[in-house]
Amino acid sequence: MAAVDGRRGIEVSDGALIPARDDKAGFSAWRISFFGAIGLLIALPLISPKPFWDILRFIPDGVLRTFQVTVFSIVFALIIGLFTGLARISRIMVLNRIATVYVEVVRGIPLLVQLYYIYYALGNFVQVPRLTAAIIAMSICYGAYLGEIFRAGIQAIPKGQMEAALALGMSRTQALSRVILPQTFRIILPPVGNEFIALLKDSSLVSILAVADLLRRGREYAARTFEYFEAYTIVALVYLVLTLFFSKLVAIMEERLGSHHRSG
Amino acid sequence: MAANQVPDTAAAAVPRIRVEDAHKRFGDVVALRGVSLEVQAGEVVLVIGPSGSGKSTMLRSVNRLETLTSGRIWVDRQEVTGRHTDIRLIREEVGMVFQAFNLFPHLTAAQNLVLAPSIVKHETKDRTQARAEQLLARVGLSDKADAYPEQLSGGQQQRVAIARALAMSPKVMLFDEPTSALDPEMIKEVLDVMLDLAKEGMTMMVVSHEMGFARAAADRVIFMDEGEIVETGPPSQIFESPTHERTKRFLEHIL
Repeated sequence: MAAVDGRRGIEVSDGALIPARDDKAGFSAWRISFFGAIGLLIALPLISPKPFWDILRFIPDGVLRTFQVTVFSIVFALIIGLFTGLARISRIMVLNRIATVYVEVVRGIPLLVQLYYIYYALGNFVQVPRLTAAIIAMSICYGAYLGEIFRAGIQAIPKGQMEAALALGMSRTQALSRVILPQTFRIILPPVGNEFIALLKDSSLVSILAVADLLRRGREYAARTFEYFEAYTIVALVYLVLTLFFSKLVAIMEERLGSHHRSG
Repeated sequence: MAANQVPDTAAAAVPRIRVEDAHKRFGDVVALRGVSLEVQAGEVVLVIGPSGSGKSTMLRSVNRLETLTSGRIWVDRQEVTGRHTDIRLIREEVGMVFQAFNLFPHLTAAQNLVLAPSIVKHETKDRTQARAEQLLARVGLSDKADAYPEQLSGGQQQRVAIARALAMSPKVMLFDEPTSALDPEMIKEVLDVMLDLAKEGMTMMVVSHEMGFARAAADRVIFMDEGEIVETGPPSQIFESPTHERTKRFLEHIL
């Protein structure tokens, strides 16, 4: 009865960040890295409090800033992505073209270049705070990637769903919002989760705009004390704990949402 | 709707479904080459024919899931093929049941029944809920109201799908191979529901090869081949003494 099953997996290209339930090796690798990193973050300051404890006390501001950039960016990127995905499957040719060009252009330019470009291009017209420019750049960039995920997700819903909705007298918009998109959200959760984690990591790029994120704070500490090795070790470990934590969270959410009857 | 009225003015004479010289082409493939037919109110019509004969395309044109290349179709006095017709108004009155059921998998059986009446017809929650319960009881699935489609067997899913279509209180029901995706032991439960509907006087157009259903409920059988209606008549005549060679050959294959 495969034709009836509304949920179908979609291919994700970048890495197996989120361990599958049945992937024993992947799961234990996650455990080793996660608890290893936490262990080191606890052990290092205990063994030599001098640089490590100071570093740990210095960077929380940066972690907060990293979160801020990541959360704002993913929210805006999701909104941009939803509309881009809808435009990409739209029968209105102009919308379709605009969205396709946007995706192509954004995906063809390195994020680092986009960050510089948006900050300085915007700066030509209006004075935007660095943080705002950073969030705008990240949202525009990830909006394009998420747009492709939304498009793939919508197209993965069997054609019969739209037909059944239309046959019942629903408008196309009603069918999309009440029938197609609720199913889409379920199947795109894993790839969106992956994008969130990728965005969390890429948010370290905003430090080149002097946004005081986790990486920037590490660098500031190192620049003062010349303890580069120690500072960047802590920075790397904190990033690792964060990404592994969120990948686990996404995996759990996916499992919860995976089955229709358990979520109802 | 005045612009789309059928020329015929006598109300009683207006057929429920009227198809006039329907042509449909998919690229180079011609699916319909001049199909005309009428289905009267309360009539049950079975459409048979080999795969690729255009029978599903014809059925799907009635609620405009397919758009004709040329030709016209009316449901009552409203023209389906009319340029300015709001097709949604016609679709509210034309229920459709699909081969693949197409239940909404993120909703329970009851929610599947409630959705369209509440957002399309803006009926109250009490009303849609009561009607959903009543319809699920009618198809024998009262105990499955809170089940999700994936928890139901194929036969149960198709019965819910029929109930979902009925929840809109349609005047016409279209069935597109409703039992073709079912395991043999589940076919009867679906046909029984369809038989009940036919007995209650529902106007039905059914694309199916279920001979048992045809004999028990169909007023007329239409045999289609290569995009044309080859032969039409009462079930006994079509099955026992078909006049056309193509009909005979087809029936030999499926009987």
